[in-house]
This record gives sequence, C-alpha cells and structure tokens, in this order.
Amino acid sequence: MNDMTPDREERSANLKGMGCSRKRVEDARFTQGKGNYVDDIKLPGMLHGDFVRSPYAHAKVVSVNKEAALALPGVVAVLTAEDLAPLNLHWMPTLAGDKQMVLADGKVLFQGQEVAFVVASDRYIAADAVELVEVEYEELPVITDPFESLKSDVVLRPDLDGQTEGAHGPRKHHNHIFTWEQGDEAGTNQVLDNAEVVAEETMYYHRTHPCPLETCGSVASMDKVNGKLTLWGTFQAPHVVRTVASLLSGIEEHNIRVVSPDIGGGFGNKVGVYPGYVCSIVASIVTGVPVKWVEDRMENLMSTAFARDYHMTGKISATKEGKITGLHCHVTADHGGFDACADPTKFPAGFMNICTGSYDIPVAYLAVDGVYTNKAPGGVSYRCSFRVTEAVYFIERMIEVLAIELDMDAAELRRINFIKKEQFPYTAALGWEYDSGDYHTAWDKALKTVDYDGLRKEQAERVEAFKRGETRKLMGIGLTFFTEIVGAGPVKNCDILGMGMFDSCEIRIHPTGSAIARLGTISQGQGHATTFAQILASEIGISADSITIEEGDTDTAPYGLGTYGSRSTPVAGAATAMAGRKIRAKAQMIAAYLLEVHDDDVEFDIDRFVVKGAPEKFKTMKEIAYAAYNQAIPGIEPGLEAVSYYDPPNMTYPFGAYVCVMDIDVDTGVPEIRRFYALDDCGTRINPMIIEGQIHGGLTEALAVALGQEIAYDDIGNVKTGTLMDFFLPTAWEVPNYETDYTVTPSPHHPIGAKGVGESPHVGGVPCFSNAVQDAFRAFGLRHTNMPHDHWRIWQTANKLGLHE
Amino acid sequence: MSDKMHIKLTVNGEPKEFLAEPRELLIYALREKLDITGPHVGCDTSHCGACTVTLNGKSVKSCTMFVAQANGAEITTIEGIGAPDALHVLQESFKEHHGLQCGFCTPGMITRATKLLEENPSPSEEDVRFGMAGNICRCTGYQNIVKSILAAASEINSAKEAAE
Amino acid sequence: MIPAAFDYYRPETMDDVIAILQEHGDDARVMAGGHSLIPMMKLRMADVPHLIDLQAIDGLSDITIEGNRITLGAMVTQHDLIAHDGLTAAAPILQETALQIADPQVRYMGTVGGNVANGDPGNDMPGLMQCLDATINLIGPDGARSVAARDYYESAYMTAREDDEVLVSVSFDTPSGGHAYEKQKRKIGDYATAAAAVQIANSGGIVASASIAMTNLSDVPVWSDDAAKALIGTSCDADAVKAAVAAMLGDIDPSEDNRGPVAFKRHVAGVILTRAITRAWSRTTSRA
Repeated sequence: MNDMTPDREERSANLKGMGCSRKRVEDARFTQGKGNYVDDIKLPGMLHGDFVRSPYAHAKVVSVNKEAALALPGVVAVLTAEDLAPLNLHWMPTLAGDKQMVLADGKVLFQGQEVAFVVASDRYIAADAVELVEVEYEELPVITDPFESLKSDVVLRPDLDGQTEGAHGPRKHHNHIFTWEQGDEAGTNQVLDNAEVVAEETMYYHRTHPCPLETCGSVASMDKVNGKLTLWGTFQAPHVVRTVASLLSGIEEHNIRVVSPDIGGGFGNKVGVYPGYVCSIVASIVTGVPVKWVEDRMENLMSTAFARDYHMTGKISATKEGKITGLHCHVTADHGGFDACADPTKFPAGFMNICTGSYDIPVAYLAVDGVYTNKAPGGVSYRCSFRVTEAVYFIERMIEVLAIELDMDAAELRRINFIKKEQFPYTAALGWEYDSGDYHTAWDKALKTVDYDGLRKEQAERVEAFKRGETRKLMGIGLTFFTEIVGAGPVKNCDILGMGMFDSCEIRIHPTGSAIARLGTISQGQGHATTFAQILASEIGISADSITIEEGDTDTAPYGLGTYGSRSTPVAGAATAMAGRKIRAKAQMIAAYLLEVHDDDVEFDIDRFVVKGAPEKFKTMKEIAYAAYNQAIPGIEPGLEAVSYYDPPNMTYPFGAYVCVMDIDVDTGVPEIRRFYALDDCGTRINPMIIEGQIHGGLTEALAVALGQEIAYDDIGNVKTGTLMDFFLPTAWEVPNYETDYTVTPSPHHPIGAKGVGESPHVGGVPCFSNAVQDAFRAFGLRHTNMPHDHWRIWQTANKLGLHE
Repeated sequence: MSDKMHIKLTVNGEPKEFLAEPRELLIYALREKLDITGPHVGCDTSHCGACTVTLNGKSVKSCTMFVAQANGAEITTIEGIGAPDALHVLQESFKEHHGLQCGFCTPGMITRATKLLEENPSPSEEDVRFGMAGNICRCTGYQNIVKSILAAASEINSAKEAAE
Repeated sequence: MIPAAFDYYRPETMDDVIAILQEHGDDARVMAGGHSLIPMMKLRMADVPHLIDLQAIDGLSDITIEGNRITLGAMVTQHDLIAHDGLTAAAPILQETALQIADPQVRYMGTVGGNVANGDPGNDMPGLMQCLDATINLIGPDGARSVAARDYYESAYMTAREDDEVLVSVSFDTPSGGHAYEKQKRKIGDYATAAAAVQIANSGGIVASASIAMTNLSDVPVWSDDAAKALIGTSCDADAVKAAVAAMLGDIDPSEDNRGPVAFKRHVAGVILTRAITRAWSRTTSRA
C-alpha cells in the first residue's frame, strides 16, 4: 500500500510538503519592493515622534524646558515624564521583573536615554524641535564596569534604594540586581579540589547588538470614536505586546489590535518593549491622531537591546586522560541601567545553565550576578535562545583551555567527553533533559569531511615555516561542537510576564479545498509562510500552494508568544501539526461516511483517504472539504476547522559540528577565512533550502561578533560605536562561502521531530571563529584572549607573544 | 524650515512634481511624497545600501542625497525594474536561489545588481562580491545573493547569445 | 537623522558661486557629491545655512590629459577615475586608490574635489595628491590661484583654502615608474587604519625618484621627503625599505580610535608602507 508508485510520487510532489526545497511565497512582494514594513505605513493625519535623548551616561535631569520647541510651527506636543506620570506611564515594567523609565524621571542612566518625546507634523519639524528642547543636566559619576559598580558608593537606582529583595531574590549591593544559582556548589567544589587536572579561565563576552537592517518603530492609532487602539510595530511577540499595552494603558485587551507587518530582521532586537512604542501610544491618545515613531540607526545601536556583556570565570576539572569530572562557572552580567533582559521570567540569566554543553559532566555549578551600570538596558537573545550563545562560547572555550592544560588534541578531548547516543534522553548536571543526539556520528563526519588530521599536519608545518621565517601567516583550526536548547518552552517552567510559552495554530479549510492557517508567531525573514504551509501540506494532504499562512495580527491570529529563541518550529510548528491532525481526524470521519465504510476502514494516503485494501475507493481532501460544508453528515458539525495550543513537553536540543580554517597575518592582525564547514542536526528537515539560508546568515552574524562587532563605551559612558562605520556589519566582500552538511536526529517528543535551526549557526559559529583565531596562536603559548578579534586585538595577541620581535 | 522648492523628477519613467524643502532626503521624498516604498532606510549614513536607486544611470544611496540635489533627475527604483507579470531576471533569480530572507535589503540589492550587470555583464564571484559591497544584508550571509546574481548574469548572457 | 534646514543654490557659473560665498561667508558651503558633507549635516555636526551645489557648473567633471599634465575637475567622481582608460594608462595609481575608497554607490557620488578639499584625515585622495605632487587649483573673489597639495593641509579640516574660495581642480604630472596604493581597513566603507601611496622610478636597478605619502596617521596626510630620500639611489633593497619606513614613522603621529591604539597603528603603518614600496618597486622592474 505504501509503495511509492509513480502516481503516489506525483501526488506527494504536488503537495510540496515537508522535506522539499519549496521556493518562498514571500519573495514575490519583497523582490518587487512591495513589502509592507512599519515605516511604510502612512495614515491620514499621521504625526511623527522623535526623542530628545541624553548626551550623558549618568546625570540628574534638573529641568526640561519645552517652550521653544512648542513654539515651532508644526509641533503638536512635547511629552516628558511629568506628562506621563498622571497616567502612571512614566515607568514601565520590563520583561525581567524590573521597571524602566519611559521618559527620564529626574535622572538618566545611560547615553541615549529617552528624555522627552516630540510630536510634530513631519519628521523634519520633529527633528528641529528636538534641538529646541532645553534640558538642564547635572552630571553624576559614571560607572561602566560591573565590578566597579559592585564596589561603588554611587547608587545608580535610587528608586530601588533600600530594596534588598529583587525580582530574583536578595540583592547584595545597591547596584546588584540578582544572583542566580544552579547546580551543586559543594559537590562541584569538592570535585575540583580533588581533581587530577583543573583548568581555569576568565573570559569576557563583549557587548554587541543584533542590529537588524530595519530599526525598531511603531505606529499607534487611537480611534477615540470606537475606543479602539491599533498599534503596528516591529514586534517579535505581537500578542504579548497587546497584553502589555493593555495592562499599561488600562485599555481593555479586546480594544487593542496589535499588528506586526513585515519585519526587516529581528535577531532579538524586537522582542522587548521600548519607550518609543509607549510614547507613540500615549501621543496618539493625547492627540487623537496616528503617531509614528521610527528610530534611526544611531538610536538603535545606543538605546534598544544590546546583547551579551557577560564576564565569565570558569573552572573545569578532568582526569589525566581527559575525562571531564566537573565544571564551575561564575558570571558577572552587565545589564546596564535597567534590567530589561528578554528571558523567560524564571530565568534571569536565560538558559546559561546549558553551559555543560555537549559533554557528559557529572557535576556542575553556575552562579550569575546581574549588575547595574551606566550603559543601555537590554540583554536580548541575539540570534540565540536566551544566553545559549554565551553558554556555548563558555564551554567551547573551556574545552580548548582544558586541551591546552592536558596538552591534548581538542577534537579528541571533545570526543571522549560527548554524551553518548545511548544516554539520551540525558539529564545534564544543571538540570536540562536533552531530548536526542548522536554527537559522535556528527563529529566524525565533520572531521572526516575536512580532513582534520591533514589540517593539523599542515598547521604544524606552517608553525615550523613561521619559526624559520618563511611565512608571516599562521593557520588556525577552529572547532566547535554545540548543543542548543530552543523552543521555549514548557508552560510549567517558561513564561513571559506570566504568559506561558505555548504557541498556537488555527486552521480553516475552505469549501473548495484550500486553507488558511494562522499562528501566534511572526516571521522576520525565516519564511514561515512557506514552511508552515509545508508542515500542514504533509499533515492534511492539501498542497502548500493552496494554504495561506497568516501571522502577526492579534485580531485574527490565535494567541502565541512570538518568534525568538528558535521557538517557531519547535512550538508553533508542533501546534500546526497537531491542529492539522485534528483536521485529519474529522476528515477521516467525513471520508468514511462518504465512502460508506466504518471510520477505521479508511486510511490517510498523501492527499486522500482510501478504503483499506481498496485504494481505488477514495475521497480526496478536496472532496472531503467540499462535503464538510455542503452535506449534512449525521453526528458531525458542518465545517472543517481546528485550533491547537501546543504546550511542548520539553525543549528541543539541536546540535552541530563546525570547523573553521583561518589564516592570520601576524603583522597586520588581518584574519582570512579559508574554509568554514558547518554540520547541523536540527532533527526533521522541513525545507532544506531555507535551512541552508538560515545557516549562511547565522554564520555571518557569528563572524561579525567574533571578529569585530561590539558596542563599546569610553570611560564616561559615551558609545564609541554608534554608526555602521564603527559597528561592524560585514559586507559580501568580507564573508566567505560556507559548506553546509547535516545529520538527522529527530526530536522524540516533537510531533514531526523538528528541532529548529535559525540560531544554531550563530550559537556555534561565534566560538568556532574565535577558536580558529586562538588556535592559530596555541603553538606560541596563547591560552585565551577575548573577542572581538578585530585587527588590532589579533595584532596585540601576536605582539604579547613576542611574534613581532 | 526653509522655503519649499518645486521639484521635478522622472521616476520609473513617470514625470513627478511636488513641493519639498531642499533638505528633504531623496529617500524620504520617494517614500513619503511619491509612495515609492521599495527603497528603505537602513543606516542613515550611506553604509548599508538599502536605499539604493539608480539616478541618471548611477547607483546611488538615496539617504545621502538631498531632494534638491536630485531635482531634474531620472530615477529608477525597484518598482521600475520589473512588472508582476514580467519580472526582471534578477528578481526571478533572487526568488529561485533564496537570495533574500526578511526582504528589507532586497530592493536596494536588486537595484544595485541591475547596474552591476550593466557595468560588468559577466562578473566573476569576486566581481559580484566587490560590486555588491555597498549593500548590507543581515540575513543571508550573501552566499545566495551572490549565487542569484551570477545565475542571472549567465541567464541574461545565454538569452543574448541565443538572440544573436 | 535629519539635517537642519538650509537654502539651496545650484548656480551655473563660478562667478555666481563666489558671489554666494562672499555674501554668506562662513554660513555657506559648496558641495560636490555630498558624501562627506551630507552625513555630517544629518548628524547635525555641520551647520550649513546656505548650500551651494556645484553640479550645474560646466567643466568641473572633466578629466584632461594634455601632454605630460593631468587635470581632474573637482566634480570628477571616483567612479569616473576607475572607468577612465586613458587615465588608468597614464596614472594607474588613481584607479588603484579609487577602488579602495568606500563602495560602488559612494564612488558614483564621491568626488575628487570633495575628497581633497576638506582636509578630512580619513580621506584617501589628499595623501595620493601629495604623493603625486599635485597642484590644487582654487578660484576665489580675487581670481584663480594654486597651492601645492603638500602645502594645502594645515590640520584636521583646516586647509589653505579660504572660505570664499572653491576648489575647481587638481593637476599633476604623469607619474613615472611603479606605483602602489596599499590600504588596511576593517571593512568596505571604512577609513584606513593605515594607507600608503607610493610612486617609484627605476633607472637601471636603482631608485631614480620616489614619492611616499600616508593617510589617516596624523591630522593631515603625511608626505615624507625623508622616506623618499632613503630610497633614492638604492636598489630598493630590504635595508633601504627599512630606512624609508623608519623615516616615515618619524613623520606620522597617529591617534588612538576604534581601529586600534597608537602602537598598533605605527606597526601597521610600517607593514603597509613596506608592502606598498615593494609592490611599487616590483612594478618598475617588471616594466623595465
């Protein structure tokens, strides 16, 4: 029955279901300039908002004089904290359990902080008015270092003065936010104290920024006649924004419609709620007309959503043979002026506790201290699932350092410590249950493909040639084996502002056999309209080309928690499959009725139900859909619709093996990527073309972070990297071609076995690029040096090792 | 605010006239005065190329040009490159080879690529990477953009050969 | 990023340009391609109440090669430099330099005049013009005058050009011998961490003449006579190159920025210059 006859093959191909490289349905509009992004929205009478921002990183705001600005023709309003206070909107709650000023309430805590919101008839007048708002500041001492902050008498957050309890337990100091501990401290210390070998290292994962090509923005339109607020914006989680907007404004949730139109990349930048969104809403309520706010690039880099900024100290112990026995990790996390990290509520350091990585480590301990400084708030997951990037960087560096300590090959050290295939589901020392994996197979395939032994031989020869003065270029071999934790997540332990992190899909089959499915997620380039239709096509036997996927409009889509942390496929993809199965179950009953047999006597076959043993007797899904709307079937309601809210039983754990080969000019510090091989295992593969595209993109963002991209501050808190001259976004010229490869280890608990892939290449890519740079200098005694590995820092590494003498 | 000027442009073959302050940036004039929203603002400082248009035969970044400066110019944007029922080879090629993801850079990318292929109808991969280096993409890692452009070049060249 | 308002002028004669400049003094600025000025205006770091666009002035976009003399109009773009075969044959260092400036779109708008005139230490053309011993031709209320590129730059953004003068062209003799423009930068679109312009003439295996300038390693471009002298009369051997580099390192004065600390910049300046000299010299021998 299940032989792939030509007829069945053709029917299956026509579905364009899972596993095929279906071309993207989104592309017609994007290639013709007909995308619809927030800044494309133009409403009658719409006003433009613009911010007065603080030039100082820490200052008292003595006064704000808006007279001159208000006198400028075309200026409609200038809002300050004083204006927002009666509405109780001068502060807002953050996703991390802290609160953040919407507009400066007596002081500013970082350069670029929002002080006043100017509303004018066009963007030009708004910009002129910003210049006319006179703000008197009184400078305060600036703290940009979290360690200094914990020692300083300066109270950064007087609003919290005397509060010894934070959102995540006791605060140790007036600039301390939380301590988050996981694992067995005593047990870990005991193992470390008695270990044969211990490697220690301190590393800084620098502050950077997701910097999608489209900045953040919103258009708020308060319809006072009907009492309805519509808010378009760059929201990776539109439904949560609706709930927050309702809680903040007091407008009932049914009277708020939030729409995420096309989004020009997110990468975590568009998860949080920003003062600009709130101000556009308030301004529209105040003025009664639509108000648009779109930040410029400088504002984006200075004020919305940094990522990383983790100071990490690790100790890893092993036997002399290299079997890892314990891991200790401490993080001092610089959260800036407000704790606005975008993590599930119970995880103030995200999933940093995946820092045991892909290795079978018997005992481990992690402690994270969050600290306030005079830097921008944020701490978003930049193309990663809640600090997984930091965790993987940490463990993959610790492995390299341990390999140096043991004088052992780093590939071999990884191999002997991998969690074995038969150990899955595997409970890690810091609590997570890894769903499935086959690390040895992936690793062996990767090393074989790149001819790892040959590379090491070539590298050794290069070192000798360098020593003889025949070359000034060193060769680095970067290795990384990563395990991600994505698809947040089970409602039992993951929520955002109290909302469980399920996701949803609602399907309507139309009478003629086409369909629409709506989801609680929102694509920002991932191609949901293409891939979710493929999942559904395979589940319900209707061609993907006949299925519309819609997301992002809270008036029509079912509630969901949005798209970030690679959660769309693991959670909403599962909801799609589950809703599809409900459709199929009803279709089976209809088919059985139409075929005049018992329900159990028909079975699903690609695009139809057939009578078991009599394949010539069948009803196609198209016929079944028509019957659902046109035929009175005893005991069955008309119509063919289903909805699923999916609470995943566990996260999914994609993994991968990456190898980077790099040549480094010791004299200029310029690295050249010769080869990058990426093997990813994301479980069941829905659309190989899109997977490959995600990997190319994630690797390129990883290259940027590892080799130069940072948000840097000077001593008085000025942002030194505020434009794309200094904030490194590579062009086509600086980026190599990547080789991609895969293995398939389905997730056992996911309805279609898919694990998610969008962030893997970034998570695995950063340590791989970094390891390549650092490996080049291993032969000369380098143990560890911090990213970003830009030209001067690489040069400095070489210089410190005496390679310029 | 300064006095408004009478601006005349030919955009995608159509004459356009409007009043604008000289300081208005060409990108905003196109987007907000003429509702041509294909070109986007990405960086504001002429680094990213999302605002790329063809102006008097040159690839330019319209975020770094005053509308007064452009007065009298002939401009082609992504909207003038193909029609829904007759896409430009590059538009087809970007779709075929997954040369885009979020789509925000795509109008500038394709507009620049049309000019690149005029400058150099048979580019090498290196030529494409160098010739597209004024356009930043955050999603694709460029690999499929390069592939799309090379494939389009080869298709255009084959069509030319066949016609000769 | 929105610039402040300004009055816009598009005069058709240079007399009109000068008249507007005289009328408004400091408040007026001329603009060629605008790719230096407009970003500054958008950031509101440059206040220009009266903006004079030079695009309607005839003749400013000409590239003229007459006998041994090359003249580039102020409105000649980097793209024009790259695309001009005659120029590339006569002075290939211009194409080599222009290709390392910014990106294709910016090169379509960015001009020789804009790059040379303003004294931005990050621009590549000033160092190149010093290497070529170019003359910078200005027109002002008192007529035309010329200033040697090597005398033109006083400090960052301060030049020998008066506020009511306009840079109309640069001219220089066809360089002889081998050339190289070597530039290290972080990425496309960046200014140089260090860049070197080198022209060397070879006579029977001996350096007959040399000219060396570097960019973005001081608040002005650095043309080093001592560096050139260290090469002249030598066979451009390793010791001579070392001496030239040492001389140049005595003349530069880099400051720390996001590209790196001073020690790094000084080191890279030496490496880049060594490479530039080596490449320029190899081109002479290959021609000889």
